[in-house]
Amino acid sequence: MTIIELGFYFFSILACLSAAFILFTKNVLYAAFSLVLTFLSVAAIYVIAHAEFVAVTQIMIYVGGIVVLIIFGVMLTNKLADKKPISGSHNKFMAFMVALSIFVMLIYTIGQINFPLITKALEPNLKMLGVGLMSDYLLPFEIAAVLLLIALIGAAVIAGKKEGQDHAD
Amino acid sequence: MQIEFYFLISSFLFAIGLAIVVTRKNAILVLMGIELMLNAANINFVAISQSAPDVGAGQFFALFVIVVAAAEAAVGLAIVLRVYDYFKTIDLDNINELKG
Repeated sequence: MTIIELGFYFFSILACLSAAFILFTKNVLYAAFSLVLTFLSVAAIYVIAHAEFVAVTQIMIYVGGIVVLIIFGVMLTNKLADKKPISGSHNKFMAFMVALSIFVMLIYTIGQINFPLITKALEPNLKMLGVGLMSDYLLPFEIAAVLLLIALIGAAVIAGKKEGQDHAD
Repeated sequence: MQIEFYFLISSFLFAIGLAIVVTRKNAILVLMGIELMLNAANINFVAISQSAPDVGAGQFFALFVIVVAAAEAAVGLAIVLRVYDYFKTIDLDNINELKG
């Protein structure tokens, strides 16, 4: 067993455990912190899969952006000074059955497929990503830029308070 | 590294994310579950990008999925904040009326 395989197993187990902690914890803030650990472990798995740029993007956008946004959401929707942000769960049995059946179905399907062997010779690198984004994938790149602009304006419009109707309801 | 292991961990994370979306009452936790499911899909893309035809194509898909996930998180949290303004709670069991 090489050190890379050992790292892969370690980060896989860490990702699974911290994801399961999100499922079972009562405290919303602890769930957000556990989400950070899950995203970091997934970033490590990307590095092991030779996708360094995606790993760095994952850390910057998920850990640096989305989780911070989520923690702000937790702070804005709970009165943290009074009590802990506790949240329960419901439909436990049905959800367990649905998740278990999806998992078993996915595992069964993966077992059916003949995957090609991983080629070690052609490692994707940063230059390939840069050239690809400016040539083959230029249209999705531009659409992603417009989508981000739309989402930014939309989020600001939805969340912003409008004049004169603050406490109308 | 066998490619099946990537698919195994990705399907486990997807199942956990689905269970979070179905069980949790807090709207922000539901958003976290959606992020987890998107991440599980990304692991598949990155894993398949190592294999022989079209090396690296999966990484572009993963990047675009991350972009869409960021946009989705921003808009979703904005909606959650509006819902909190109106109902004074984000417990999904108590948000059960339209145009109340």
